[in-house]
Amino acid sequence: MRASECDIVIVGVGGQGVILISDVIGRAAVKAGKSVRGAETHGMAQRGGSVINHTRIGCRFSPMVAAGGADVLLALEPAEALRFAHFLSSEGVALVNTSPVLPVTVTTGVASYPSLEEIHSALRNVCRTATFIDATALAKTAGTSQAMNVVMLGALSRHIPLPEDLLLDALAQVVPSKYLEANRRAFALGKAEVE
Amino acid sequence: MRLKIDQKHEIDQNDYQREGKLTFNKWNIVKNIFKGWLFVREYLLGNAAIARGLLEAGVGLVAGYPGTPSSEIVETLVDLKGDMPLHVEWSVNEKVALEVAAGGSWTGVRAAATMKHVGLNVAADPFMTLAYLGVGAGLVLISADDPNCHSSQNEQDSRRYAQFASVPCLDPADPQEARDMAAFGFELSERFNIPVMLRPTTRVSHARADVQFGEPQPSCESPRFVKNPARRVALPVHARPLHYELVGKQSAIEQALEGTKWNNLTLRSDDGIIASGIAGLYAEEAVLDLDLDVSLLRIGTYPLPSRLIERMLQHVKRVLVVEELEPVVEEQVERLARVVNPEVEILGKGGLISREGELDLLQVRNAVARMRGLEEKLPSRIPAADKILPPRPPALCPGCGHRATYYAMRKVFGKKAIYPSDIGCYTMAVGMGTVDTCLCMGASITLASGIRFAGETEGICCSLGDSTFLHGGMTGLLNAAYNKARITVTILDNSTTAMTGHQPHPGTGVTATGEPTVKVSLEALASALGAGLVETVDPNDLERSIECFQRAKEFSGLSVVIARQPCVILARRSGTARRSFAVSDDCQGCRICVDYGCPAIEFEGEKARINALCTGCGVCAKICPSSAISEVVR
Repeated sequence: MRASECDIVIVGVGGQGVILISDVIGRAAVKAGKSVRGAETHGMAQRGGSVINHTRIGCRFSPMVAAGGADVLLALEPAEALRFAHFLSSEGVALVNTSPVLPVTVTTGVASYPSLEEIHSALRNVCRTATFIDATALAKTAGTSQAMNVVMLGALSRHIPLPEDLLLDALAQVVPSKYLEANRRAFALGKAEVE
Repeated sequence: MRLKIDQKHEIDQNDYQREGKLTFNKWNIVKNIFKGWLFVREYLLGNAAIARGLLEAGVGLVAGYPGTPSSEIVETLVDLKGDMPLHVEWSVNEKVALEVAAGGSWTGVRAAATMKHVGLNVAADPFMTLAYLGVGAGLVLISADDPNCHSSQNEQDSRRYAQFASVPCLDPADPQEARDMAAFGFELSERFNIPVMLRPTTRVSHARADVQFGEPQPSCESPRFVKNPARRVALPVHARPLHYELVGKQSAIEQALEGTKWNNLTLRSDDGIIASGIAGLYAEEAVLDLDLDVSLLRIGTYPLPSRLIERMLQHVKRVLVVEELEPVVEEQVERLARVVNPEVEILGKGGLISREGELDLLQVRNAVARMRGLEEKLPSRIPAADKILPPRPPALCPGCGHRATYYAMRKVFGKKAIYPSDIGCYTMAVGMGTVDTCLCMGASITLASGIRFAGETEGICCSLGDSTFLHGGMTGLLNAAYNKARITVTILDNSTTAMTGHQPHPGTGVTATGEPTVKVSLEALASALGAGLVETVDPNDLERSIECFQRAKEFSGLSVVIARQPCVILARRSGTARRSFAVSDDCQGCRICVDYGCPAIEFEGEKARINALCTGCGVCAKICPSSAISEVVR
């Protein structure tokens, strides 16, 4: 028996807005009358390190998604998609922003950054579909590059059991009102990418 | 249930508390009747849920020192406080926080102290004796554990401390339990005249869940310290009988906790699982996933519910104990089994459940599967990932002043010098060669002293942050001066407690609630504590900074360098904007700027490049031997 209706793993780099996505999903889930669990990264790892957030919709157990159990992997950064790909279920879906954030190990020439093709083929082997989205560019089209995470949330909205109007209501609660319109556009652009 | 506890609470108060709290208890009961309608449900962080629980219990004083994963408790209270008559403070350290909270409790105000697990080591002195002396109004100590050292130097188990001090401990599995236990802790504390520990872990404090909570309650309106030397002065003559009393009330506490909703026994087949805290959720999910009919005892309170454990042991032939870190439950299960069912097979830390790190569903599921002879699930691996992924370690921010300070320090003191360091963002500079030690808060200065006293003849330059200095470094500096340690102490002053989320401290001139207060001078403190040379420098002014370290190095006694540059994250938030820098064609590709390690400097082809992360500190321009880096002129 399933312990959760939908298990989502959201990954990225400190500062990209991973927590906001989970916050919107969680608020929308509460509005929908569903129990919801999440687990966040705080503290040391936030300083330019890898960040992972677990979000479980319709779940009353622990906040942690089991390795091999994620229905959706939402990655705000391509290398981080691969770093946490072991969370994906073989039936799962990966949604990946194509814009890399180079770690210090790469900028200083100690390590090299893999190509998007390499990441894509590695991801395809472990899940049902891997969709790459240029969310950073779409966010600029929407009016603010800051809304990259909301573009990805829009894409995610097609894969989770929550009505869009509740997600948009929740978004309005967490985004400053002057940026709300740009964020709504970002959400719509992200959603269109997976339609 | 709350109603029942409140009535008990009223009966069990000693006299002066009754005087202080009676009106509120009556009011509470009335409010509780309506509680069913007043409750709201929100998606809350575990720490925010704890803050809600404290407010609903009418807490009047909360003191804490920042530490991951505990910091958001005080921060949430600051946000929610409004004009409530509630004292919330960032204390100078955890010992101070617990003592301030004890003072509040002894004055008839419900009080809480918050800290991370290692903070309890600092607060251990008052903690151990408070258990003897007891409380006035309820006192809840929140010690947030960090299994897996997500942001800590060790993964000690606070339940051991609770055991050690004979203090009851509440071990929540999720944010809802954390909120409920935080409120309940005060009732328990008052009923048994004892401080109560709430012990969330990272996966509770930094979890989010739909949490049901109610209205904040007012705190005690007539606080008064009532003199009672027999219970407030820990003279031997008082302490001896109090120890008897403390030990004597343990079984009554156990009985009172046994029937709470956090201990649940379900007897089914003769295979059993006993799981505590969040491990109870892993166990429940594992049982569901494997579709088993095993018996399950979930535990959330300490002293452990012996009778429930005994009933489980009488029912089963085999039992798996699932708990994170120390075998606190398992040891008790073993003790009880010797009496009630010596034949029972006890599984747990001896192979199935790890004593180190944090548990997860997979490990617990596999432990249960092995107990039942079922197939285990292998952790999924992606071989390509290990091969092609660049590591992404956390690093000092672009333009961080600590990097500049360490650069100058290393330039002056050289490769052979010894660099004891401390706990803060700057520990991440371990790759720069200026972090040779990190033990605990403030230990940089004392380790440096010991290294010198032992006979080390190389230069010794230690470093610690401003908040760390005020927390645990001052006594070490005093000791270094008193005992004539010839060392250099560098205070990396970014004017905040950065690592834990930028909390204010006595050097910032602002309280937790944002009120202006005395701004303590680090220079005056260092001088008063006995440092012979005290100099302040802006680390971005590299030349002066190097000169300053040179003078400190040559000084014949104890020297202190205060390297002051505000945290770049705070500077950005406050709108401080500096022009960024760029690399010209004069770049020779020598990599000196790249090796400086700033994330804003990349190496592309054969030349350096400055990316959009640049905050304009300008230090790279000063270290470039080809003068190829300059400010971007718009």
